[in-house]
Amino acid sequence: MSEVLVLVDEIDGEVKKVTFELLTAAREIGEPAAVVVAAPGTAAKVKESLAAYGAAKVYVAESDDVANYLVTPKVDVLANLVGAKSPAAVLIPATAEGKEIAGRLAVRTGSGLLIEAIGVESSGGDVVGVQSIFGGAFTVKAKSTRGTPVVTVRPGGVEAVQAQGAAAEETVEVPAVDAAKATTVTGREPVVGGDRPELTEASIVVSGGRGVGSAEKFEVVEKLADALGAAVGASRAAVDSGYYPAQFQVGQTGKTVSPQLYVALGISGAIQHRAGMQTSKTIVAVNKDAEAPIFEIADFGVVGDLFAVAPRLTDEVAKRKG
Amino acid sequence: MPNIVVLVKQVPDTYSERRLAEADHTLDRESADAVLDEINERAVEEALLIKEAQGGEVTVLSVGPERATEAIRKALSMGADRAVHVSDPALHGSCLLQTTRVLAAAIGKVDGVDLVIAGNEATDGRGGAIPAMLAEVLGFPQLTHARKVAIDGTTITVTRETDTGLTHLSATLPAVVSVGEKINEPRYPSFKGIMAAKKKPVETYTVADLGIDAAEVGLAAASTTVLEATPKPPRSAGQRVEDSGDGGGKIAEYLIGQKLI
Ligand SMILES: Cc1cc2nc3c(=O)[nH]c(=O)nc-3n(C[C@H](O)[C@H](O)[C@H](O)COP(=O)(O)OP(=O)(O)OC[C@H]3O[C@@H](n4cnc5c(N)ncnc54)[C@H](O)[C@@H]3O)c2cc1C
Ligand SMILES: Cc1cc2nc3c(=O)[nH]c(=O)nc-3n(C[C@H](O)[C@H](O)[C@H](O)COP(=O)(O)OP(=O)(O)OC[C@H]3O[C@@H](n4cnc5c(N)ncnc54)[C@H](O)[C@@H]3O)c2cc1C
Repeated sequence: MSEVLVLVDEIDGEVKKVTFELLTAAREIGEPAAVVVAAPGTAAKVKESLAAYGAAKVYVAESDDVANYLVTPKVDVLANLVGAKSPAAVLIPATAEGKEIAGRLAVRTGSGLLIEAIGVESSGGDVVGVQSIFGGAFTVKAKSTRGTPVVTVRPGGVEAVQAQGAAAEETVEVPAVDAAKATTVTGREPVVGGDRPELTEASIVVSGGRGVGSAEKFEVVEKLADALGAAVGASRAAVDSGYYPAQFQVGQTGKTVSPQLYVALGISGAIQHRAGMQTSKTIVAVNKDAEAPIFEIADFGVVGDLFAVAPRLTDEVAKRKG
Repeated sequence: MPNIVVLVKQVPDTYSERRLAEADHTLDRESADAVLDEINERAVEEALLIKEAQGGEVTVLSVGPERATEAIRKALSMGADRAVHVSDPALHGSCLLQTTRVLAAAIGKVDGVDLVIAGNEATDGRGGAIPAMLAEVLGFPQLTHARKVAIDGTTITVTRETDTGLTHLSATLPAVVSVGEKINEPRYPSFKGIMAAKKKPVETYTVADLGIDAAEVGLAAASTTVLEATPKPPRSAGQRVEDSGDGGGKIAEYLIGQKLI
């Protein structure tokens, strides 16, 4: 079976869930080989969890340059591996950085780039990417016509399933950086994640819109989210009004989420908001306007005041959980 | 005095329904209204702010069908100086690699470019990769997802904002920048701007003018090919109840019934 390279997404040695999703997807089309391009000492921390999701190999490319330069060190390592190992495909998380790495890798290796896949399949010897486009309005299957297919996979697109892998280590070099073409990283201010699950990873998302009315009152949304063990999301109107930070925006210009349950509180259901959440398995909406378009796609809707309905629901959920 | 090229794309208006053409699975550009992508207005705005502070010239560049002239006019009426429009039927259905190659060749037509400014992600393709790919082809550093841009001589510094947080970047011009949603508020074109735009020069090129063989671009030669496209059946409305004091309880019952809690 041919190798499938998976670029590992990690922060300070903690592997992101999307990596496990990619390793799971890779098993559909070949033998997963995880690629760790990170600061020295990282591979030792992540190896065990990569093995638990079926990584047969782990390529270890460690250097201080990885943190000091933007994007290019990862491209350099992957390009060398594509040349040396002739993998069946390269899978990269469809994060802001991942999309850029994938784009440059496709240019460098003259390969087709399949973007935002929600799965990969093997068909007649080809690697086929499954894409969900225009906010889920179309499902598309596409393949690369040249080179080694480079596929970006959307976080949450594939369900991670464990499988034991050998995780045989092989050290590879991080090539020297060409300073004239590179971008230096002079500092970082990482967002500090709270206790809630990440928006794109959560199985339940509770979102608030303009109807919530203020930043203080967003507490109503947060309380329900915490009772459900959910992530908190927001509409763009809520973000633009300063009720909630921008990284929580759901929709066309925000996150695409596809949880088991999406609860929309005080959100009208504009087409751009729907583009980011309409592939959720179950949608529940609370809105005081019976004509709000969100009800057209909601599995269960309550016409009413969110400040009456949401706290009551929070209590019911808490009671049930005991 | 930086010489700036701004990349602008005409996209289907997100308020209208977006579809794929049945015949070849490409974007059905007839079915939707087309607009200058919102993020590209911010790219134009940033270029104009740099020009206002430091001088220089702003050229807008668009690769797209005839209709893209509307997007170009909007950018010119905001205040860009001139435009380059690559329009060629051969481009229909181009992939990211082909688009990058054409953009790079067209940038080559502008003398002494110091800075290329793009949007971080187009609302239709959502590749979020063109700026990085262009940097790769041009051999320029990439300073992407910018929330803040500062130029001092030949040094450019950018505050990059993504989900993971802020990253402070520094590089030497010439460079490729992409802007994020929070970088600025784009200006509205003034009446004077709209009138002036009509007289601004727009150079139009075919791919052959750029030294690219037409057979190497477009759907038939694309590096990716769509095998099938299936429209999802639209979601239909489920139950709806009026809250009469027990709405929260009813949702809880529903969620229990669905085994969601
Ligand atoms: C290019 C572009 C990209 C966009 N991208 C996004 C995106 O990524 N995400 C996004 O969300 N939007 C996006 N938008 C904006 C979108 O068009 C809408 O403006 C936005 O989604 C509206 O947010 P909202 O539903 O919170 O606000 P509104 O439309 O103002 O709706 C508020 C709702 O709350 C209800 N309400 C008020 N008070 C209460 C109460 N006490 N109890 C119950 N209900 C109440 C009202 O009946 C109303 O339906 C984009 C727009 C454009 C042009
Ligand atoms: C639904 C859909 C799915 C697609 N999937 C794939 C795929 O899997 N693989 C593939 O190779 N191609 C794909 N394409 C084609 C790809 O979108 C086009 O090649 C497109 O021209 C560039 O990609 P983007 O819009 O994603 O760019 P992005 O990288 O998201 O654009 C970022 C910025 O680059 C600049 N820019 C982008 N295109 C132009 C342009 N034509 N003229 C001027 N500036 C521009 C703009 O400043 C823009 O804001 C897809 C297109 C669609 C509509």
